[in-house]
Amino acid sequence: MSSLQTLDIAARSATTTPSPHARSRPQVQEVAKLIDVSTCIGCKACQVACMQWNDLRDEIGDVGGSYNNPNDLTPDSWTVMRFAEVEPEPGKLEWLIRKDGCMHCEDPGCLKACPAPGAIVKYSNGIVDFISEHCVGCGNCVTGCPFDVPRISKTDNKAYKCSLCSDRVGVGLEPACVKACPTGAIHFGTKDAMHEYASERIVDLKDRGFANAGVYDPAGVGGTHVMYVLQHADRPGLYSNLPTNPKISPLVSLWKGVAKPLAVLAMVGAVVGSFFHYMKVGPIEAKEDKGTEDDDGDVVVIEAPPEHGVVVAPLDAPPDGRPRA
Amino acid sequence: MTQRYLRRYRDATRMNHWFVALMFFAAALSGLAFFHPSLFFFSALFGGGPWTRILHPFLGVAMVLGFVFLFFTMWRENLLDRSDREWIANAPKMLAGDKASMPPVGKYNAGQKLVFWAFGLSLLLLFVTGFMFWSPWFVHFFPITVRRIAVLVHSVSAVVLILSVITHIYAAIWVKGTLRAMTRGTVTEGWAKLNHPLWHRKMTRGE
Repeated sequence: MSSLQTLDIAARSATTTPSPHARSRPQVQEVAKLIDVSTCIGCKACQVACMQWNDLRDEIGDVGGSYNNPNDLTPDSWTVMRFAEVEPEPGKLEWLIRKDGCMHCEDPGCLKACPAPGAIVKYSNGIVDFISEHCVGCGNCVTGCPFDVPRISKTDNKAYKCSLCSDRVGVGLEPACVKACPTGAIHFGTKDAMHEYASERIVDLKDRGFANAGVYDPAGVGGTHVMYVLQHADRPGLYSNLPTNPKISPLVSLWKGVAKPLAVLAMVGAVVGSFFHYMKVGPIEAKEDKGTEDDDGDVVVIEAPPEHGVVVAPLDAPPDGRPRA
Repeated sequence: MTQRYLRRYRDATRMNHWFVALMFFAAALSGLAFFHPSLFFFSALFGGGPWTRILHPFLGVAMVLGFVFLFFTMWRENLLDRSDREWIANAPKMLAGDKASMPPVGKYNAGQKLVFWAFGLSLLLLFVTGFMFWSPWFVHFFPITVRRIAVLVHSVSAVVLILSVITHIYAAIWVKGTLRAMTRGTVTEGWAKLNHPLWHRKMTRGE
């Protein structure tokens, strides 16, 4: 989706001035996709809808020993159902199926790490989108993402991930995966409405014995615009290693945070400081023995430390290293 | 009487130096383009963002390989010894314009030696960490946590290198007669006596 045609950019990668966001919040409401893991049957209709709407055709891969197909997110598979057989309590087997993909963080690590101006944008509605024509293919978004979501294409070296169907949402439609889900496990609406719906589901799940049911909207990344209803919200790791407390790595924050302006300041300061040092102190100049040149105009070069005497060669003549007695 | 010059660098060393210098400017400008948004315009010098990303690692590797030769040419003369402490202790006075109290130095003074080792160390770190996120060739061999450490170390090393180069260039401008050591290979006798008296004595056996 293109970014500059819209006036609702909340944040733009590698950009130090405000982006056009006349239609910013609160006029534009934050959206969210709510994935109710407890009602997902793992049919993969969402994956099919995603590839159909976005015209993606991944290569046929290998079976990795589970129902995951493909085994992982790829540049051409922006969402993957991850199947996990777990025993939350001994003897109680559960099949937890989580639809993985971009979480659309409120504080996106990919956007923070991206060096290409405008290659990653966050719209006012909260959707984080990759603007591929500005992508330089450096892979910094992979380094920045706390969820390991972006994938770099081997064919065009651009980064790809779920766009939350920003093109559909922009014209008032729900994302393709939401439309296709046969059990209604995927919901889409304002973030407030999704929280409201989630809280009803959590009451139901608690009634059914899932005492730790809850919504996954991790605060470490400012909340996400893709949320889960989890039966075991106290243990997100059960769901194919969903991070318990995701946040932008402090290494990334240091690198793309305080280090950037400080380093530029140091480098510019060194140049400007040197300039003023020269103007204040002046150069170090050697006093040449004046008059020597005037005598005969001869110029010699001492080529190397002498072994028996000074090794000299006339300038503009091949230095033959002839020792002078 | 004749005007005497002292050979400071062989032609091979000078060409080696200028190759490294050119590669440094290319690698530094292409790298800075990705370091701070205000410097992204440097990418225009290299044919746009993707080309800058493609070229930067090759330019960096060329710089490091070029420096390897310089390193082995010069490392012995850049070993720090006891006398360098006195030079460092008196350096602030020299910077303020009073060179009188500086101890006599050989081919390189302590400042030059420190710059040399800063070059060597930062280039080594840049080289090693650069491979860890060299997309698309080597990045896949390294887990994301390693890449996060690598980009940070790479950036810090680059800043150290650039600051050292600024120091290096400024010193060459500040101390008149220095540049010709690299542009012509020789320096005047007066320059050698003033700035590197022990080296001058060695070259001329006290003449």
